[in-house]
Amino acid sequence: MSGTDMWTVATIAGLTIVTVLTRALFFLPAKPWPLPRWLEAGFRYAPIAALAAVVFPEIAMTGGHLITTWQDARLFAAAVATVWFVVRRGLLGTIVAGMAVYLPLHLALGW
Amino acid sequence: MRRCRARRHRDPILQSVLRHPQLRVGALDMALVTPGLAAWGVMTGVAMVKSGMSAVELTLMALFVYAGSSQLAALPLIAAGAPMWVILATSTCINLRFVVFSAHLRPYVAHLPAGQRALRGYLFADLNYGLFIRRFPQPATDAEGVAAQDAYWLGNGVSCWLVWSTSSLVGAALAATIPEAWGLGFAGVLALLGTMVMLATTWQRLAAAVVAGAVAIAAFALPLKLNILVAIAAAIAAGVVLERAPGAVAAPEPEEEHP
Repeated sequence: MSGTDMWTVATIAGLTIVTVLTRALFFLPAKPWPLPRWLEAGFRYAPIAALAAVVFPEIAMTGGHLITTWQDARLFAAAVATVWFVVRRGLLGTIVAGMAVYLPLHLALGW
Repeated sequence: MRRCRARRHRDPILQSVLRHPQLRVGALDMALVTPGLAAWGVMTGVAMVKSGMSAVELTLMALFVYAGSSQLAALPLIAAGAPMWVILATSTCINLRFVVFSAHLRPYVAHLPAGQRALRGYLFADLNYGLFIRRFPQPATDAEGVAAQDAYWLGNGVSCWLVWSTSSLVGAALAATIPEAWGLGFAGVLALLGTMVMLATTWQRLAAAVVAGAVAIAAFALPLKLNILVAIAAAIAAGVVLERAPGAVAAPEPEEEHP
């Protein structure tokens, strides 16, 4: 571990402010802000889109590039986890089922 | 301090929230997803150590920043000495989905004072959003319902914060013994994946998710993680167009979103 750097501490403070401001932006004003029309469409699609935009690259990319092999533990784990959630509707089972597929493929086969 | 405590004891809203059974229900719902969350936190702790942060720095980050995906994105930028504005802009882009959540959830917290509203927002990460909206699709209209929703929010949010900060610090302490190659952090991706499927309640939303995923991958090379913003914009456009597609139901939103 290296020494504590005030620039890094300031960056961490900035990141904390970003967390509060983004999570509470529409909570902060005392009166409700009128919602623009585009934001109503945003209500319907942005949350799932943001999660997909984070999740898909985590599953199908390595080192900034789309994977070119099907021998990747993440693909199988994600498929099993998705099916599990659709059938059983439980997040814990989804994570356990996905990791039960991921860890053997990843650690034993090196996928 | 003393005045604060006296005031807290007299605060009837907070008193009823802290005694409310929904506080435990919220904590129990979080307990069910704790294995995935904790594994993700542990790997974030490992990543903080591996990026060369000092014990003070990583403890501050684990306790205060409380935003897993933006933390993980910020680490390589901090290690590389990127300009602070680039790091904060990247974090803001990744967190933009929370702005949408906050617009959606405002009716649930509008009765609270400003400081309490900010605290409720701080405690509200992806998993909390998915769990809360599934349990409370509509804001309550009576005092009992409002107290129940707020108690659930606090129980769910505080336990999430405790699991996250504890597991991050445990991960930092164990960093030397857990190789990143094990890939335990993938449990966090699976937790986000489950939350995503939970939100896929109409076929237009499912299509929007696929569009967002494809665009996020195609535009991955953009700086500041702007691929995420571009993907969200494309998915909203796709969703709006698909709502007007022939054969689409006129009102594709029978459930939660519009209070």
